[in-house]
Amino acid sequence: MQPNVISLVSIGRHPQSGRARRSEQDGRALELGLKLSGSHLQVAHAGAYDSTFSGSAEETVLRQYAGMGLKQMTVLKQSSDADVIPSLSHYLESQSAQVVLLGVRAESGESSGMVPYLLAESLGWPIVSRVADIVSIENGEAEVLLALPRGQRRSVTVTLPFIATVDNAAPEPRQTAYGPGQRAQFNAVDTPEVLDELRINWVEAPAKPRPKRLKVIKAKTAAERFKAATAKAQGGSGKVMKNESAQEKAQAIFDLLIEEKVIR
Amino acid sequence: MSDIIRRDPRTEWIARNRLHPLYESVINANAGEVRGPTGLLRKNPHKVGFIGPNGIKRIDRLKGNGQGAGAVGRGKSSANEPVLALHQIEAPDFYIMVAPDLVGGRLTSHDKDVLGLAHKLCRTYEADERDQGRSSQGAVVAVCFGEMKEESLDLAGVDRLIHLQNDVFEGFAPEARLEAVAQIEQMYQPKHWLFPDSIHGGADLGSRLSARLGERPAVQAWQVDTQNTVCRGASSSIDITRATPRILLLLEECGDAIDETRHEAKALDVDAVEVSAVNIVDHGLMDVDPNAIPLAEAEFILSAGNGIHNWEQFHDAAKALGATEGASRVAVDDGFMPRFRQVGATGTWVTARVYVAVGISGAIQHMQGIGQCDKVVAINTDSGCDMVKRAALSVIGDSEEILEELVKIVNAHKGQVSPEGETLEKGSEHAA
Repeated sequence: MQPNVISLVSIGRHPQSGRARRSEQDGRALELGLKLSGSHLQVAHAGAYDSTFSGSAEETVLRQYAGMGLKQMTVLKQSSDADVIPSLSHYLESQSAQVVLLGVRAESGESSGMVPYLLAESLGWPIVSRVADIVSIENGEAEVLLALPRGQRRSVTVTLPFIATVDNAAPEPRQTAYGPGQRAQFNAVDTPEVLDELRINWVEAPAKPRPKRLKVIKAKTAAERFKAATAKAQGGSGKVMKNESAQEKAQAIFDLLIEEKVIR
Repeated sequence: MSDIIRRDPRTEWIARNRLHPLYESVINANAGEVRGPTGLLRKNPHKVGFIGPNGIKRIDRLKGNGQGAGAVGRGKSSANEPVLALHQIEAPDFYIMVAPDLVGGRLTSHDKDVLGLAHKLCRTYEADERDQGRSSQGAVVAVCFGEMKEESLDLAGVDRLIHLQNDVFEGFAPEARLEAVAQIEQMYQPKHWLFPDSIHGGADLGSRLSARLGERPAVQAWQVDTQNTVCRGASSSIDITRATPRILLLLEECGDAIDETRHEAKALDVDAVEVSAVNIVDHGLMDVDPNAIPLAEAEFILSAGNGIHNWEQFHDAAKALGATEGASRVAVDDGFMPRFRQVGATGTWVTARVYVAVGISGAIQHMQGIGQCDKVVAINTDSGCDMVKRAALSVIGDSEEILEELVKIVNAHKGQVSPEGETLEKGSEHAA
């Protein structure tokens, strides 16, 4: 049985030029969705769809997603200052989705990364964040690999239906093809629209570079300042084993490795 | 009294004669601060210092710090260390909750920054109350899950501690942890919840809690006071200024870590947490090929230097330990290891938690490269080398012998763990 997979995509932002692009993580989410259900994958985007849509930067980006091998795509009509959660959760419920894939954080707007959590809360589904891969979906359960810091992976099973955010450790998205992207169909859907009222009062400005933290030396005397400036290695309180047998020494190292949990 | 300065020829005469029996008393008579005719503070250069044991005048410019730094050694310097003032709170009127990441059971620098910020907010609220004629005291509470190895919670600024140590919170248990923080929220109604916005679980738990409570958090916040918060948005290209919400997910260096006070770190009670049906089941960490992990972010590195002669054995040891391989510059220059494995100033700056240096004496360029490592283990034949001074555990001896023994022990350990499978592994985790 093929699971009903839905990928949600957003408009990305190129970090250098600031132009709209296919978002890194959403692209990976789409790629993972294609791996799971091939041509049955449903892709949705919540955003503006009006008379200015054709030829806009948004359309270009959506066609880039479509160029990864989609015949059609759903656009949930929302204005740019709307809260998309009610619309998305309404859509997901109506489609009886089993797996919903998103990027961890949007590349534009508030990029708080809260959308998947709010969707999970409103639908009452479990959420797993920072997925590197979905290994299998069987008997109403999915085996998921989570990406941890330092290249580690954690294996987790989660019951369907669930929401997953896709980490940068997931396989890279395939290249988009221009022609198929242009031929893809957009299905515009009218959905309830709720204005995001909190955000109206916010002030947005180009990011200021953050002040670098200075290395404050709180030494009171010249000697302490000198020590702080020239100190080579802190501590020196380490344990030194010299005359023990090789076996005891190895055991001491092993105990430390076990204590630090690097050997399991 | 007239303003005419009168001379006393006799005292002047005594002051000139160091052998006079009254010399000391005359000299010391007007000790303390001396002001010149213009009112400037005058220092008598002749009175600085003291006469040393062999009659030579000594000037102590170290202000009493020379002893600890110099020959007497470490024992005394630690005894001289001033005891920091204890910040005590009898009955807190409000709470600020912080859920640190506790990577490997220890506070990260990110956690400490967040705790520091929590105290800054606390002080501001207290000052506001004082301005209105009321007095109130806030406490910073650390909500910790699972194993804890941190010993200096009091120095990091933890007034109260909620430590939930239960099997259900071990490992990856976001749902159980969410239930716990939601219950703490109900019990204590804290003024703020602060989470480090990190990939170690802080961002996840914070987002879950905000979704549960239906409150909009400030994410990637970096400038916070009690009124306004500045956070990054649109993949760090814009700054959003907004009113400070109750739940904050904070970037690194959002505040200054506590360093001048001690805190109580008193335990705070929480009722038993009920964890309802769990949808996410943790199956533990997967084995990944350690050499596929980039050296810069590897957690456990076994590094080889000039002292290695049996390279076959070194590679086998790295495989058995499951460690990423590293090398010093000499080993790379001699062609035993590829260039991308080089650790140090010209190679990779590593961030490993555990760094085992085999036969590396520790050139300064190499020490720079391992500056961020937590625990360093040195295996070396020279007990006086720099690496031994840096290391938490140093083993002096032939690396070949020690590695051989180490591999034996590790293989024996693995043989013990694997046949019985997960049950034994879990058991050992609980014991730890």
